[in-house]
Amino acid sequence: MRYLPKSPSERQEMLKAVGVTSVEELFQSIPEQFRLRDPLPLPGPLSETEIIQYFQARASENARGYTSFLGAGVYNHLRSVVTDALIQRGEFLTSYTPYQAEISQGTLTAIFEFQTLMCQITGQEVANASMYDGSTALTEAVLMAERLTGRQKVLIARSVHPEYRQVLDTYAKNLGLDVEEIGYTKAGHVDSAQLTKEKLATAAALVVQSPNFFGVLEELPGLAEAAHSAGALLVTTIAEAVSLGIVRPPVEADIVAMEGQAFGIPLSYGGPFVGVIATRDKFVRQMPGRLAGQTTDANGRRGFVLTLATREQHIRREKATSNICTNEALYALAATIHLCLLGKEGLREVALQNLAKARFARAELEKIPGVKPVFSGTVFNEFVLEFPRSVKLINAALLRDKIIGPLALGTHFPELTKRGLVCVTEVTPRAEIERMAVAIKRILETPV
Amino acid sequence: MNSKFIDTEAPAAAIRKAAQHVNQNEGLIFEKSAPGKRGFELPPLDVPAIDAVVALGSAFTRDAIDGFPEVSEIEVIRHFTRLSTWNFAIDLGMYPLGSCTMKYNPRVNEFVARLDGLATEHPMQPAEVSQGCLRILYDLQKCLLAITGMDAVTLQPVAGAQGELTGLLMIRAYLQSKGNPRKKVLIPDSAHGTNPASVVIAGYEVQNIKSNSRGQIDTDHLREFATEDVAALMVTNPSTLGVFEERIDEIAHILHERGALLYMDGANMNALAGVARPGDFGVDVLHLNLHKTFSTPHGGGGPGAGPVMAKKILEPFLPIPVVVQKQNGSFALDHNRPQSVGRVRAYSGNFGVLLRALAYTLAYGPGIRQATEDAVVNANYIRMNLEDHFDLPYNLPSMHEVVFSDARQKKHGVNTMDIAKRLIDYGFHPYTTAFPLIVPGAMMIEPTESESKEECDLFIDAMRSIALEAETNPELVKTAPHTTRVGRLDEVAAARKPVLRWKP
Repeated sequence: MRYLPKSPSERQEMLKAVGVTSVEELFQSIPEQFRLRDPLPLPGPLSETEIIQYFQARASENARGYTSFLGAGVYNHLRSVVTDALIQRGEFLTSYTPYQAEISQGTLTAIFEFQTLMCQITGQEVANASMYDGSTALTEAVLMAERLTGRQKVLIARSVHPEYRQVLDTYAKNLGLDVEEIGYTKAGHVDSAQLTKEKLATAAALVVQSPNFFGVLEELPGLAEAAHSAGALLVTTIAEAVSLGIVRPPVEADIVAMEGQAFGIPLSYGGPFVGVIATRDKFVRQMPGRLAGQTTDANGRRGFVLTLATREQHIRREKATSNICTNEALYALAATIHLCLLGKEGLREVALQNLAKARFARAELEKIPGVKPVFSGTVFNEFVLEFPRSVKLINAALLRDKIIGPLALGTHFPELTKRGLVCVTEVTPRAEIERMAVAIKRILETPV
Repeated sequence: MNSKFIDTEAPAAAIRKAAQHVNQNEGLIFEKSAPGKRGFELPPLDVPAIDAVVALGSAFTRDAIDGFPEVSEIEVIRHFTRLSTWNFAIDLGMYPLGSCTMKYNPRVNEFVARLDGLATEHPMQPAEVSQGCLRILYDLQKCLLAITGMDAVTLQPVAGAQGELTGLLMIRAYLQSKGNPRKKVLIPDSAHGTNPASVVIAGYEVQNIKSNSRGQIDTDHLREFATEDVAALMVTNPSTLGVFEERIDEIAHILHERGALLYMDGANMNALAGVARPGDFGVDVLHLNLHKTFSTPHGGGGPGAGPVMAKKILEPFLPIPVVVQKQNGSFALDHNRPQSVGRVRAYSGNFGVLLRALAYTLAYGPGIRQATEDAVVNANYIRMNLEDHFDLPYNLPSMHEVVFSDARQKKHGVNTMDIAKRLIDYGFHPYTTAFPLIVPGAMMIEPTESESKEECDLFIDAMRSIALEAETNPELVKTAPHTTRVGRLDEVAAARKPVLRWKP
């Protein structure tokens, strides 16, 4: 087998050195009735060529060649080939968690740069070395708020990504954490009229997403003031991180839980991505996840180490701030490289292109008879439209034109049937936006 | 810019290497930045441009970010390439971190993960145009069930620790459905730190149980602790000592008799794949670390994947959605599962990691047993060649890893960390130090099947040489490493006054 570096005679030699005549003897500590006699019923073995053929066949069964208008937490953005070239260097790809700092300075330095970039982007003071993704980062941020305030309730906007809310529910229900949903207004904002003083006064945190699941930007300063005046924290989650190239960062938030996928990480059917938690310096000891910090060696040379590990499971076990161990280091590196390539101007320009394209697409689609805007709030690169027919039916027809249409909101929001969430990024060509508009118009003109 | 990094105050010997090699002096990317540079250009905008303040209003608009990097493409390439040379990696040599299973990460897996049609797919696109992705998940599920001998599986957890939590939540939901979720989970003192941390998040109390003098779970002790309050025992098998729990069926029996379940941490599945199946020896639920046994790259700390396999009784409680095959042969995501524990992550887990694990499994097929055998041969070969030089606290048959202690070297003032750091000078990554906790001064060595006899011999030579140095020149070992860009770093200072980001 090509991955195994031993010849048959070397195997024999090693067995002899160990003092056994057959490899079976090395498994004698497994009770005999549990030792397998027959080979496992697995497909393979496959050569490299056959493996590639298998996966190419699978790729051809997917949406290759389709134009997609899906966002909803996962965004298709331009990526430089440089990022993939660098993260495939074996020294990054095939190294472990940098516990042995002297031979992990590459990874540690890159993590330190990632933490810095995440602070710059979110407007926060400290960011960790990564979480699994946005959904789990949000849950960890809520648990962190619970530890910081000692309160057992959380108020979460209904306009937060529904799958993020589902993850929070899964964790919260066994921890005695009460999760209360706050509705949204006609503008698409969290309904601040529901945020009474009484509710906030017993809440660990108010949780909002901005841009929220409907694409609408939340007015964070007012929300922060309401939360803080009642002793609650403001937790802000961000699913479309590219927005922060142009949108004011959530500086009022106490904890930011962000999905970093938009920074150069492929869609890959939902993962791996990279979660981020950023917060205020004073909360750092309640943060989950790894942190790289700067220090020196005996000769005064600058170097980086994993630090403040007394928060973590390998030291604190059941008293740790989280059970997270493996994180998403390679994709934190990818995001770091991607952001360095974009740079100050590029980051802004990408965000501006998204803004312009989404505005263009919205105007084109709203021209179609029967298609109407839903929320009046300010949006970035996603927006909700009302259609005169089921979005699922429209989408089924669009698929025949190799277009993956708006996300049908009725699945997660029964009150929003016939509404679809449209996402347009810098990747979506104008011609494809126009093609979808023409197709939807035609579909709506066809009698059901 | 780099001049400040070459400390002119430092002794000449200490800076010699740093002063001579430009790639050793690499600063931070922020320190290379200069206004007006960029490393990526966008195609021109093909719709009318828009003014941000007009579109968003000034209250929602930000200015360009102060201190954000401005560098060219070649500078990005050089910067990260130089940083990469400061890392050790499997591609460079043996990485014998016990419990971490640092095996070869096949390059074809990287290739297929990036195929157009796989890397490009959106997790919310309709199932009818996602059949390829769903089939990959389904095929991997079948392979993992065959390897573990279990009945049901979820691929959603994205790391071992999340797999642990998912398994525990399923146990909780199952027991709840029987009327009482119970209060405690038993954990042996040799367990990974994630086990107790996950137990707490699942809403249980941790009850630690002591290993016996042979490093195995004490079944008398277990009988005493397995009360009606106990929901489960989490066992790592083989244990973190690299030893199979010989009384695993008795352990399962004790638990089952009292209505509790047996959870297995599958971190050490590299000792069992193709040889024995947890489903056969009484395990009710386990997770696998695909970034260990199934060769997906660890990437400097992640990503991983922690699928959970369970017995039939736990199937109704799997997280949503579940990948299913319909009667017409097509694949779908089933969300309609009323008894589910819920969702543990958005979308369908770390698809890109899962895909690589399938590529690995297909490469071996039933031959996966050979990988397991080679891993066990390597560990025993190293053990046999080092047991005259290092203390072996638990003299039981080793499987895929062996745990020595620094007891002999301590007499000369040299501890496990010193030996580990000295290994770096010999061209190896250190083994796992100071774990498991039941071995004071532990040296946990896991070579994996990816090491040739030659590499094992070199490692043995290095360890023997260090054992000798510990006696004859302990200072040399205690001050190691001597060949790296930086020496041992001041971790106390890093924690006391944390500097966690660059500032202009």
